[in-house]
Amino acid sequence: MTTIQTGRRIPDRLTSPLSRALKSWEALLLVVAVAIFVLNSVASPYFLDPWNLSDATFNFTEKAMIAFAMAMLIIAGDIDLSVGAIIALASTVMGVAMTLGAPTPVLVLLGLGTGLTCGAFNGLLVARLGLPAIVVTIGTMSLFRGISYIVLGDGAFTGYPSGFAWFGQGYVFWVITVEMVIFILAALGFGILLHRTNFGRMTYAIGNNATAARFSGIRVGRVRFILFLLTGLMSGVAAICLTSRLGSTRPSIAFGFELEVVTIVVLGGVAILGGSGSITGVVLAALVMGLVTFGLGLLNVPGIVMSIVVGALLIAVIALPRLWAMLRRG
Amino acid sequence: MSILKKALTTAAMASALLAGAAQAEDMRIAIVAKALGIGFFEAANKGAQEAAEELGDVEIIYTGPTDTTAEGQVEVINSLIAQRVDAIAVSANDTDALVPTLKKAMQRGITVISWDSGVAPEGRQMHLNPSSAPLIGNMIIKLAADNMPEGGQVAVLSATTTSTNQNVWIEEMNKVAGDYPDVEVVGTVYGDDLADKSYRETQGLLKTYPDLKAIIAPTSVGIVAAAQAVTDAGKIGEVNVTGLGLPSEMAGHVKSGASKSFAIWNPIDLGYSATMIAYHLAKGDASAEPGATIPMGRMGEVALDDNTEAAMADPFVYDASNVEEFADVF
Repeated sequence: MTTIQTGRRIPDRLTSPLSRALKSWEALLLVVAVAIFVLNSVASPYFLDPWNLSDATFNFTEKAMIAFAMAMLIIAGDIDLSVGAIIALASTVMGVAMTLGAPTPVLVLLGLGTGLTCGAFNGLLVARLGLPAIVVTIGTMSLFRGISYIVLGDGAFTGYPSGFAWFGQGYVFWVITVEMVIFILAALGFGILLHRTNFGRMTYAIGNNATAARFSGIRVGRVRFILFLLTGLMSGVAAICLTSRLGSTRPSIAFGFELEVVTIVVLGGVAILGGSGSITGVVLAALVMGLVTFGLGLLNVPGIVMSIVVGALLIAVIALPRLWAMLRRG
Repeated sequence: MSILKKALTTAAMASALLAGAAQAEDMRIAIVAKALGIGFFEAANKGAQEAAEELGDVEIIYTGPTDTTAEGQVEVINSLIAQRVDAIAVSANDTDALVPTLKKAMQRGITVISWDSGVAPEGRQMHLNPSSAPLIGNMIIKLAADNMPEGGQVAVLSATTTSTNQNVWIEEMNKVAGDYPDVEVVGTVYGDDLADKSYRETQGLLKTYPDLKAIIAPTSVGIVAAAQAVTDAGKIGEVNVTGLGLPSEMAGHVKSGASKSFAIWNPIDLGYSATMIAYHLAKGDASAEPGATIPMGRMGEVALDDNTEAAMADPFVYDASNVEEFADVF
């Protein structure tokens, strides 16, 4: 850097780390989250209640678990639209095993295994055969859920063992649910993986320029395959939680989850075309979504209005920084 | 599990205390629809409001998810539990998936009943059927048979493969199909309660079975789409669309002749009765036990069977003679 000759004066560093942090996407989201929290507490007397807030976390924990893996996948320039369908298939596999008398640990292993298998299938088609991720996962979205429909038809699996209910209905301590703990562990795990390891750096590199990444010696195909595996695995974890929480399996389970997961990721500041984003942003986005839907729910705002609010929030949060920049320049 | 139990007991006690404190205010009864924006549930809300006016000290909270998903209803019910409503009367999107959440509601002292589309017995205190499934099953095939004296082929256009209601009705219809020897039921297709998909499935039926004499659509979305598809195909007079529908949506098709007659119970009466039952159960002057009778205002009273279910009334037939009159109502 010091050897470059230039007529312009180049500052030592761009801006101070503090001011960069303050202007960051995550700071904006944090402000939004705090604002919504305050608004909710003022608007409804039922909001600031530990048990109610604990119940409210179920609105986002399962989706957020997948969103962490999805964030890395999108940062690498891919996407997986089959996550809702993976949940349906994993839940169905667990249901079949349950009717055959499998105990809880086996159910959990099967849920995770199904998620991994589906992820591997997506990963092989995308990373190995070089097919576009969006096309492949739109296909597997129908494929995986289709298998559930064939197995279940209009039936349902019910009567999961009582120990299995722990994942989606259990509490670790006071109001801290099992799902919340899994959510926090997943956030830490993916945060470290993305921001503190070589694998994370490779993910960014691939998303910014896959060709350059390959010439730099990164095994692009392998990284993308592993990212699909991780997304499948987290879908399996979410399938265990959701199945346990609902206490039953139907082929329509987790219908439409993929779009809500992608919404959380995009709201979290991950560039939809890849190359940038952070796990902190995704955590905050999940909290914002959870707070907004729960707060509006407490006020008995109709769901239709709620989805308008979520859509408007998404566009506003994405558009505001850009509008702000345009105003200042011009 | 002991922590969970303790926590739940504490919560139940706390909510009981708070409920006691709030007793002086109006009783809040939540009417939960399968999804908002469906004429049938809007009409039920009208009935609920009528009951609330009659009772005087009741406030109705009419709510529901945007899509007909179990996950969406769980979120809505969680926010109702958080508001500590006195009673929840729900038309369920899924028989089993709502059970854990509704159990939690009952543990916290909330009266829970289901109406229209039922919840498994462990998840509610009683279920109010608008009519009885055998009567409906018989009615829909009778309506088709009455308008085709020479007999012929009949197809069924249902909602989703997992719709509790439609599946039971079609099952009951098949049981009595032997009483109508000239009617040949050739198949069932699923329009998922979406207008465009139901329309396309009907077009498919008309192509597959050129001699089709009638289409039975036991869903208010499907019957309108089917009547439109028959009209657009120029087959009015050849194919009679019948089933269950709303007078306001079907009046035009009855006038054009695409549908000669159809049936529905009165959703206003249903919302009214559900509210009355929820009121008496929450108040404690009626109990939900097998064999018990519960008063429901101007609708008389219902007796609970061994599954703590009750049937409100017989389905009502609408044709050219009365459809206009009811079209203004719902």
